[in-house]
Amino acid sequence: MPILSLDPRVNRLQAEQVPAEQGPVLAPGDHWPSYQVFHQRRRGEKHSSVGIVHAPSSEMAMALAKEQYGRRGETSNLWVVCSADVLEMDYADEDVFRTTPSKSYRDPAGYKVNDKIDAYKAKNQG
Amino acid sequence: MPNSHPFPSSPLARYLLQIADDQLVMGHRNSEWTGLGPILEEDIAFSSVAQDQVGHALAFYEYLQAECGADDPDQTAFNRPENQMLCNGLVEQPIGDYAFSLVRHWCYDHAVRLRYESLSGIENKTLQSIAVKLQGEVKYHTFHADTWMKSLLQGSEESRLRMISAIKEVWPLALGVFESWVGEENLSTEMGPNGQAWYPGEAALRLQWQEQAFQSLQAWGVDVDQWALSKLEPVLGGRQGFHTEHLAPLLEEMTAVFRLDPQAEW
Repeated sequence: MPILSLDPRVNRLQAEQVPAEQGPVLAPGDHWPSYQVFHQRRRGEKHSSVGIVHAPSSEMAMALAKEQYGRRGETSNLWVVCSADVLEMDYADEDVFRTTPSKSYRDPAGYKVNDKIDAYKAKNQG
Repeated sequence: MPNSHPFPSSPLARYLLQIADDQLVMGHRNSEWTGLGPILEEDIAFSSVAQDQVGHALAFYEYLQAECGADDPDQTAFNRPENQMLCNGLVEQPIGDYAFSLVRHWCYDHAVRLRYESLSGIENKTLQSIAVKLQGEVKYHTFHADTWMKSLLQGSEESRLRMISAIKEVWPLALGVFESWVGEENLSTEMGPNGQAWYPGEAALRLQWQEQAFQSLQAWGVDVDQWALSKLEPVLGGRQGFHTEHLAPLLEEMTAVFRLDPQAEW
């Protein structure tokens, strides 16, 4: 039974319906690796992570990333980095950050300088 | 179209109409891959190339309306009989398999690149700036096409053989992109602002194109002599309004919605 569709392009293919269990079986190596894409809006600004593309090489990743992430909005540059080359921390080690929120003494907000600034202003304006 | 302005009214108008018709039909053909591309990312990229090409056609149809007495772009694009279309046989071919569409994309966009490079040397400031603006998109098209050509020609034995078979099929059609046309010699004597002719003529463009294409193919491991690519004869006719059997059904499908109400405002 050929696939019937409202889309004339699909009908032109005259493709046969294949039950899922008879479809192709992919080995893990048949999948392309992912590349992390970093987008820079204007020269001099930082590159920000915007997502991934799948590609067989970094050059192809760039060719595909350009349309995925540089098609809308202002863009001056892109980076692509193979995801496997990114060293990621293990979530099991998340406890190294556990006490961070309680270290408020490390925040500059701990320094009270507004009184001194006000006093300086009052003195110099007068 | 007012009768006092038979269109295309000049060799330049005719040349631009050829470029616009090529881009319109190529963009339409390439858009047939939308939703059917080999992987999601490539589907998006190739569809975007197709959109660019229809946009390039629009840019030239708009110029032709503003400066050369052509009808509005919708009428020019969708309301001309087949024998008044000036596109070449390469762009008319059905999409075939992905190897065919990629090789065609590569051949076609490098030809467009050379045409826009040449057009950017014209005296006419409006056209000069159109050419310069569109060159950026074509730079991406050729980068995209080069990347695929290189990957598949240097991939597996199967991918290499399938690409070579597509190259042999596409080549005579690609040579036909550079078919000579009536009025060509008038355009090739026109000087640009630097005092040099901006348009080298089709034969010179074809030589330049083929030389660069052979260099790339050889760098990617294709023996162009083994496949006798330089001995193939071009498929001609498109620039004279004689088309392959594939254009009529394409126009039928492409203009189906337009013909429901040709005067509709979109």
